[in-house]
Amino acid sequence: MNELILLFGSSIDSGTPLLLAALGLIINERSGVINLGAEGLMLIAAITGFASALATNNDALALLAGAAAAAVFSAFFGFLVIWLNANQYATGLALSLFGSGFSAFVGIRYTQESLAVAGHHGLLSHHYLVYVAALLTVGLSWFLFRSKAGLVLRAIGESPESAQALGYPVRSIRLAAVVTGGALVGLAGAFVSVVSTPLWVEGMIAGKGWIALALTTFATWRPARALLGAYLFGFVTMLQLHLQGRGVNLPVELLTALPYLATIFVLVLISRNPRWIAANMPTSLGKPFYPGA
Amino acid sequence: MIKLEPRAEPSRWLAVLSPLFALSLTVALGVLLFVLLDKDPLSCLQMFFVEPIKNARAIAELSIKVTPLLLIGLGLSLCFRSNVWNIGAEGQFILGSIFATWVALGATPESGTGLLIALLVAGALGGALWAGVTALLRDRFNASEILVSLMLVYVAEQLLAYLVNGPWKDPNGYNFPQTITFLSTARIPRLLEGSRANIGVLLALVSAVGCWIFLHKSFAGYRLDVAGLSPPAARYAGFSARSALWLPLLVSGALAGLAGALEVAGPDGQLTTHVPLGYGFAAIIVAFVGRLDPIGVTFSSVLMSMFFIGGELSQSRLGLPKSITGVFQGLLLFSLLTCDTFVKNKLRFVAVLPRKAAAK
Repeated sequence: MNELILLFGSSIDSGTPLLLAALGLIINERSGVINLGAEGLMLIAAITGFASALATNNDALALLAGAAAAAVFSAFFGFLVIWLNANQYATGLALSLFGSGFSAFVGIRYTQESLAVAGHHGLLSHHYLVYVAALLTVGLSWFLFRSKAGLVLRAIGESPESAQALGYPVRSIRLAAVVTGGALVGLAGAFVSVVSTPLWVEGMIAGKGWIALALTTFATWRPARALLGAYLFGFVTMLQLHLQGRGVNLPVELLTALPYLATIFVLVLISRNPRWIAANMPTSLGKPFYPGA
Repeated sequence: MIKLEPRAEPSRWLAVLSPLFALSLTVALGVLLFVLLDKDPLSCLQMFFVEPIKNARAIAELSIKVTPLLLIGLGLSLCFRSNVWNIGAEGQFILGSIFATWVALGATPESGTGLLIALLVAGALGGALWAGVTALLRDRFNASEILVSLMLVYVAEQLLAYLVNGPWKDPNGYNFPQTITFLSTARIPRLLEGSRANIGVLLALVSAVGCWIFLHKSFAGYRLDVAGLSPPAARYAGFSARSALWLPLLVSGALAGLAGALEVAGPDGQLTTHVPLGYGFAAIIVAFVGRLDPIGVTFSSVLMSMFFIGGELSQSRLGLPKSITGVFQGLLLFSLLTCDTFVKNKLRFVAVLPRKAAAK
């Protein structure tokens, strides 16, 4: 029983970075911009956060530094895809590739370091960011579906042309969404290297950015469902670690592959009905917008 | 005020020049980075642009890197042309190396050319199979090929780790995660005595010619282009949307798998967890910098190989981390995407008018 409680508690911990990143990506995508650079942003934020934590010994500052670094790089990404109308897919990939190279390059001197571990175990004692992430889910739901600003954001994601005709500065609002979302993705990355596993390993995000991208589809771009999905993935991750720890008679590699297989499985399940996805997906997602036209 | 204005037609000159501008921009940023790191920029640049082509030995090393990058870059060009975002070539490469190893482990000292051919075919099949999973899930279930192909990279990595730690582990390998060293009959033949270059680079060049003919001289290649440029037009013409998905994915998977086979039975000579070095991801950049055209991709694969070798040399001779290669690769793609803006758009300087006048 105790073990089960621990398992559920740790699932929430391990789902939190996925949740933060998915919320950030939902903000991006609701405005019509898809950012395939999430993995790279998380890596940049992870190394920035870790280096700051070592230097300042202050968790909160380190998490903010990670978020800020990711925000800067998202602003650059946003400028390329929103003003220069660069292909969103290619630019996002560039950000992911750059982020993995850049973080490895900067991180090389931090591979031997580690931070003091603060224990956060059990069902009800978590790092404060775990609660913040859950509250953010509620806040974002309210923002998107109950506030005027959220309505404008969604309108821009559905039809930037109409939003512009109504006088909204489509590009600026998109950039704001990209930077805010990017900061959240960064917070997620820094959470991984500062709180979850307080050390730096090259490529330590291990696909979490991509899984978060899958989560936005899984959640049909709704924050509450993203929370559900993120915790579910946290559970799959912890379950396989747990089984590994108990020496279950299955190859370790199969267990390690489980979260990735689960992502594929969930994607297949959710995308099966193209009409349902089409009804939920922001219509302008991934498409360039020319204000003059 | 400066304004971007779409060109009526993309500038063909700029389309060719843009990768060169991007390279110059990347070099400029590189010099800046070297200065910031307190290294002599000239000797650093030498590692990237002079040392890799200095003599026959260096060029042989270069050809070993060109082989996988060119093969995979060609396949990805087909995919991206047809708007299929296969970013899991790394996984297809791994599967190719696994399938090839399976054949190689059955080799005897008497095996002949037949075994080598089987090894290469097995590699291509393995890669195509892995890409086929992505195609199937996209085709039948509408699952995003971007995410599926990428997730399959992680799965392939685990499969590789399982094999070299488990059933295929060398019993005399001091517990290292590796297979036995392949027999010489299961190794890719060298081009010349005493050189590390092997016939893989010829296969890659032949593939480039094949892709060029397919793209520019065949109706199937034309259909692929139309499907990528305008799906409605392709539908109207009755071109199959399904074959525009399956064909490029299977071909790129096969090419990546072939690259994996050539790698494991070529320079490596055994399967280890270090066989995949990120060529599958670097080839994405190769494809874009090469303008998704076999001729361009051939040049860009050479360039990207120089980046790889330059990174290795910077580590051994200048004490810079090898991962500087990844930084430059990312910068190159960013620069390219920025420069490409001016292929489709032109800058216009417009006088700022008072609001009322502008509204007229």
